[in-house]
Amino acid sequence: MAAEAPGFRYIARHRRAREHRRFLVGGGRFVADLALPGMLHVALVASPYPQARIARIDATAALAMPGIRAVVVGSDLAQATEPLMSGLDLPKVLRYPLAVGRARYAGEWVAAVVGESRALAEDAAEHVEVEYEPLPHVVDPEAALAAGAPLVHPEHGSNLLYRRRFVWGPVEADFAAAAHRIAYRARWHRSATVPIETFGVLARWDAAARLLDVWASIQMPKFPDQLARALRLPGNGVRTHFDVDVGGSYGGKRGLKHGVLVGYLSRRLGAPVRLIEDRLENLRGGDAHGPDRIFDVEMAFDGDGTVRSMTMRALDDVGAYAGRAPFQLGKPVGAIVGPYRIASVAYEPISVTTNKTPEEAVRGFGQSPTNFAIETGIDLIARRLGMDRVAVRRRNLIRRDEFPYRIPSGSTYDSGDYHAVLDKALAAADHDALVRRRDRARAEGRLAGIGIACCLEPSGGNSSFEPLLNPKNETTTWMESCQVKIDLGGAIVAAMGTSSAGQGHETLVATVVGEILERDPDTVRVVHADSLWALPSNSPVGSRMAIMLGGAAASASRKLKASLMAIAAHQFDVASDALVYRGGDIAVAVDPGRRLAWADLVEIAHRKFHLLPPGMEPGLQAMHVEEVPGGGTLPDADGRVPMYPCYAFEAHVVYAELDRVTGQTRLLNYVCGHDCGVMINPDIVHGMTYGGIAHGIGAALYERFAYDANGQLVSGSFMDYLLPSSHEVPAITIVDHCTPSPLTSFGQKGSGEAGYLGAPAAVASAVNDALEPLGLHIAELPMTPLAIGDLLARSEEGA
Amino acid sequence: MSQHELTVTVNGVCRRARVAARLTLVDFLRDELHLTGTHVGCEHGVCGACSVLLDGRPVRSCLLFAVQAEGAAIVTIEGLSPDPEGLGILQDSFWETHAQQCGYCTPGMLIAAHALLQRNADPSEAEIRDAISGNLCRCTGYQQIVEAVALAARRLRGVNVTEADEHGG
Repeated sequence: MAAEAPGFRYIARHRRAREHRRFLVGGGRFVADLALPGMLHVALVASPYPQARIARIDATAALAMPGIRAVVVGSDLAQATEPLMSGLDLPKVLRYPLAVGRARYAGEWVAAVVGESRALAEDAAEHVEVEYEPLPHVVDPEAALAAGAPLVHPEHGSNLLYRRRFVWGPVEADFAAAAHRIAYRARWHRSATVPIETFGVLARWDAAARLLDVWASIQMPKFPDQLARALRLPGNGVRTHFDVDVGGSYGGKRGLKHGVLVGYLSRRLGAPVRLIEDRLENLRGGDAHGPDRIFDVEMAFDGDGTVRSMTMRALDDVGAYAGRAPFQLGKPVGAIVGPYRIASVAYEPISVTTNKTPEEAVRGFGQSPTNFAIETGIDLIARRLGMDRVAVRRRNLIRRDEFPYRIPSGSTYDSGDYHAVLDKALAAADHDALVRRRDRARAEGRLAGIGIACCLEPSGGNSSFEPLLNPKNETTTWMESCQVKIDLGGAIVAAMGTSSAGQGHETLVATVVGEILERDPDTVRVVHADSLWALPSNSPVGSRMAIMLGGAAASASRKLKASLMAIAAHQFDVASDALVYRGGDIAVAVDPGRRLAWADLVEIAHRKFHLLPPGMEPGLQAMHVEEVPGGGTLPDADGRVPMYPCYAFEAHVVYAELDRVTGQTRLLNYVCGHDCGVMINPDIVHGMTYGGIAHGIGAALYERFAYDANGQLVSGSFMDYLLPSSHEVPAITIVDHCTPSPLTSFGQKGSGEAGYLGAPAAVASAVNDALEPLGLHIAELPMTPLAIGDLLARSEEGA
Repeated sequence: MSQHELTVTVNGVCRRARVAARLTLVDFLRDELHLTGTHVGCEHGVCGACSVLLDGRPVRSCLLFAVQAEGAAIVTIEGLSPDPEGLGILQDSFWETHAQQCGYCTPGMLIAAHALLQRNADPSEAEIRDAISGNLCRCTGYQQIVEAVALAARRLRGVNVTEADEHGG
């Protein structure tokens, strides 16, 4: 448990999360729990082919079935809606909720059947006759770039969506001057966030009001605006309700295509329409796979382990459509050297389209694969030089006296003490004892290894990768807002403008408001305003809410406090700085008998205009729109740009043993040293970190969206796509450290992606340490029992 | 589609309904009885989000047809609280240790943990992990859930639980 931070009343202390109570009694309000009178249900017809021309769709039989209201196809949508947003400038790569003329992956939605119940709609979906003309397909990203490869979007002319080589600093000179170099490939296969709640959306068109109400299991920046644009409605013609509980997201629940489809259907049919993905749709057609990446990396280094330079080529397969996914190649630019002093970097992101399910955001937005690629190199350098892996890291970690530290790609790391956190993690794991344990296990014939990984969590959620990868996009703000009111009875209400998926935002806002106004956070009500009422928000992406929503709530509360002080100053006819604010009551510092209680101040503001300072508006309400610290800049000509403002650090130490027969990796000890500055609620931060580590263990060892040569997804259920259970996730020790950020309201940094950013690298490091005595190495995730078993078997055959 | 008469006790209340043969128990609970605390996660029996107690044992309500529950006593998450305003010790322990984030798997976890504590008053960490291993959680990494169940077991045994113990969890 964290030490209590000095100077805080409520922040950095154990406090129960306010939102939990409803979940504990089955009172959550998830989208599938919402039902409206006359509500219709959607079932989907999916393409069985990875690439095919859709020659004909005959819905006659389906439409004749009981309870069926409509069957719609891609051409309906193409006529009535705008294409879904693309992040890159790709005018010929069009995307609609249903395939238009051509299916581009197995599982792509081809038709939607609307019925009076989900069961009836599913019955009818089986009777929609679709005539396909199969076309050649490609599911391998490198094959997709080869000459003559089948094209996913022939109008675009190639399968290449984006490619640029950035050079930051004297890469060639640094390579020439270095004593050694290594070159390696690191492969990160497709996995994703896979929340236990699938995606769902309910929409109701009100023809009289010309208003579309939407309830969705959503976590997406600018979702209401995108939905309105696609549906050709004004922004104020869509009301997205953010008071829907989201059953996990971790980046993935974007759901634009679902929202546009259901919005269109509701308007066309004049009835509320709900679409809830079943698990197969979620895994196959939900368009939420994660990065699928091939890294080719070279590192130049000296004999003492000092890394001088790095070149990284990152080929990412976004699947059949682009969306925001290619930006996941851009975000890691903000921490492209990891926590290390690497003076120059060449980075070549390449985005390619194939006949696979489209990629969507995953926790860390491309950072975790990149961290895995960097850490693989650091371990390989140690192996090459015969050095200790910890020593190589210590040599290259940025030192605490070097902050703020500007990296070659233009971002500035705000603060940190990386050596201290690594040392704490090693001490907590008792590294020396772990080494003895490993060596003893090896002496007994077992495969045992220790994993080490250090990495950063960029936080604050700026979106500078948008203008970096798409010069037509000049986004330089990624603001977040909060409104705080004190009512006539003195109770506080705070409004945020986005939904939550388990991050504890209600607790965050209540704690911050309570801290500033010195009122018990448990008495603060926090509401999720709908999109027509809400101030600008960019949703909880990019580990940003502690910084951005917390910052906005703090600033709005400070404005209210200033109003209260002005009221008191006016009553006592003194300057505000002659007053003392304590617990919401205000007294004259030198004469504490002259005092106004919270209730008196509130009463004046709400009822007694004659007592208000001249010019002050009555009531007590304040709003604040927070700009990302250090944001507001476009990239320079070389692609240097301040990406994110704050950088949390984590150091993982893992002990693992591998079963020689089954190839199963068992994690027997797990320590994570973590520094995300001041933790507003330590339990929430720890919870997200534990969960991030579990998610990372899944990506490292079990989870993979695999495709066969026929372009079929072969992991479309939880029998094949394996989420770690309580057996696979070990007990985890988190060791906190606190280096406050100088840029934020309380010194906080982000933590929503914690654990996940380093766990895959750490687990891979442990597996490779276990394999080292055999002279083996793998740099391909997930390291499934099958993959490790095959490697061991091949090694024995070769021996 | 054949229709069947069903009589079942849910959270202590006798319910009668006429249901289609293919209606799953979870759809019956959610759509017919409006007990939406039981969640649907995978509909193929892996994730455990739909867990309910059937005659005292945790079952996956997505794998049962409603008609299979004929005559049974079912307890859902809505039936775990001692009264409409209160929380049971297990629920309160989940709150105390931050054993949930998004809350989606929570009802199923509580059902699994409740069943464990009914048969084992002093479970080891391994026994707790085993008992919840059929319930997937994507948020917590299970750690704070294991802590919650251990805390609840201590409290239920009447062991003197100090403030420091709770906060150290």
